[in-house]
Amino acid sequence: MTPPQTLAEKLVAQAAGQAAVHAGAIVTARVDLAMMHDSGGPRRVAPILERLGVGVWDPARVVVVTDHFTPAGDAESARILDLTRRWVAANKIAHFYDMRGICHVVVPEHGHLRPGLFAVGGDSHSPTGGAFGCFMFGVGATEMAGVLATGEIWLRVPETIRIEWNGTLSAGVAAKDVMLALCAALGMDGGDYQAIEYAGSMIDMSPMEERMTLCNMAAELGAQVGLIAPDATTAQYLERAGAMVGGDLAVWRSDPDATVRARHVFDAATLAPQVAAPHSPANAGSVADIDRVTVDQCYIGACTGAKLGDLRMAAAVLKGRRVARGVRLLVAPASLEALNRAAADGTLATLTEAGAILLPSGCNACGGYGVGVLAENEVCIASTARNFKGRMGAASARVYLGSPYTVAAAAVAGRIVDPRDFLRPPPAAQGKGGAGVRPNQQKALER
Amino acid sequence: MSGRAFVFGDNVDTDVLAPGAYMKGGIDELARHCLDALDPAFATSVAPGDFVIGGRNFGMGSSREQAAQALKHLGVAAVIATSFAGIFYRNALNLGLAALVSAEARKVYAGDRLEVDAEAGTIRNVTRGETLACQALPPHLMTLVAAGGLVPYLERKFKHA
Repeated sequence: MTPPQTLAEKLVAQAAGQAAVHAGAIVTARVDLAMMHDSGGPRRVAPILERLGVGVWDPARVVVVTDHFTPAGDAESARILDLTRRWVAANKIAHFYDMRGICHVVVPEHGHLRPGLFAVGGDSHSPTGGAFGCFMFGVGATEMAGVLATGEIWLRVPETIRIEWNGTLSAGVAAKDVMLALCAALGMDGGDYQAIEYAGSMIDMSPMEERMTLCNMAAELGAQVGLIAPDATTAQYLERAGAMVGGDLAVWRSDPDATVRARHVFDAATLAPQVAAPHSPANAGSVADIDRVTVDQCYIGACTGAKLGDLRMAAAVLKGRRVARGVRLLVAPASLEALNRAAADGTLATLTEAGAILLPSGCNACGGYGVGVLAENEVCIASTARNFKGRMGAASARVYLGSPYTVAAAAVAGRIVDPRDFLRPPPAAQGKGGAGVRPNQQKALER
Repeated sequence: MSGRAFVFGDNVDTDVLAPGAYMKGGIDELARHCLDALDPAFATSVAPGDFVIGGRNFGMGSSREQAAQALKHLGVAAVIATSFAGIFYRNALNLGLAALVSAEARKVYAGDRLEVDAEAGTIRNVTRGETLACQALPPHLMTLVAAGGLVPYLERKFKHA
């Protein structure tokens, strides 16, 4: 009999070729999947592999996605994308998704993530893969080059912090609100580079995309991985994505008597929409506490906040409403698949008819790499994961974070408001033209 | 190692260390904007051998290793903080930038002269006549740092293979 283990320990043990491992041990693990994007990928790892004089250990286990510098807005971005494409071809990389959307969304959509996998990603939001029962974490480019050269990586087996959410979220409250509340409660280092495992009846009821948001923002809690034990909801997603599921999914869950570092329990029913004020996701609180903040830009984008389900949340608010004058609403669907499905079910038309401006599927303004960045002193509310100073453009810009509901409601009102007041269709008389404050005008008056 | 201290607070993030707007260019340009948003004079006033001091969770955010590379490029000899974000910590050591955990990092003030022995894990504040407690690196990481980072370490490994 092996002693009781957490889900994280079971996943690491399999990758390390051991019957069992326990938190604190230093182990070397075999990597099942290595994911890279155009920023931290080929342009950074190629020179290192050349210096080492070695090739990629297993091109079938590598996925490359272009999402940061796409589509090229200048010659340097074009050069990076060209280099990426050439390297992928030269190294016979098996899986390449060129301008199909953001890696954390595109990779599971194409069935690359399955319960039991041990994966590394060249991006800090790689814990998103934990929603599928994968042990997946972010690494820098030198570390990635080491993985590509050897197929291995060392790690300290993480302890598990169990976070339980029980009950039902109220309408207009989403996984993003859960994560902002957790950032405020636990802090940006509350995860302490350990494993966070989400559980509880609210998690059990959550669709895959909401689970992805929870695991994605485990990064904001400073965790190495965010994990959710796979279940029937996971299996359904995997089937649609064409991912083979062999064996018993029930293996991939924490043993009831496994040792955890901490257990936090929250009530989903009482959670109000959350907004994080500049310049930290941990600077979050109930939307009711945000007092008359007018906005210049509303941004629905990123792996965190522009999946199909996120676009549908925004559409639920924008249906029959208009973006306020003087406000711009930018929408960058997280993937081409999300875009196509939103087009097919009418979600996209709802957004654009309300006045949303559609951006290419990619990282765009989230990290300030692409289009949609902010001018000095501008105010934005975004469905992204981070609002660090200067991240989305000018250092004096102020970025608030909220759920897609809350971002869409701000676009209609012209200021940050509780989105729950916008979930019913508007009275016919208010169908045209936003009823909100016009922030540019208000700013002019303030001056 | 001996140099001056540049002191920052908690949660210094990778976007201020390596701003996204300069990520497509080379390390020269990126390093010129390192910590711009917190101290516009940092990149021009820091000199080879100086130290960056942080509070909790230094290097939180992105996995971009340019956050550590920019500091190394500017000649920063070591980052000393109360705690580090996991990915930044690995990146720093992989690139051969010493990252030292000291619970007493807050006792260092801007401009203090420090003497640091990264291998031994000792920090002496010459200006204040204090010695700060510092965690020594675990053996498996000491091997990495002693080799000069992950690439030289692997270079040797492949040569011997």
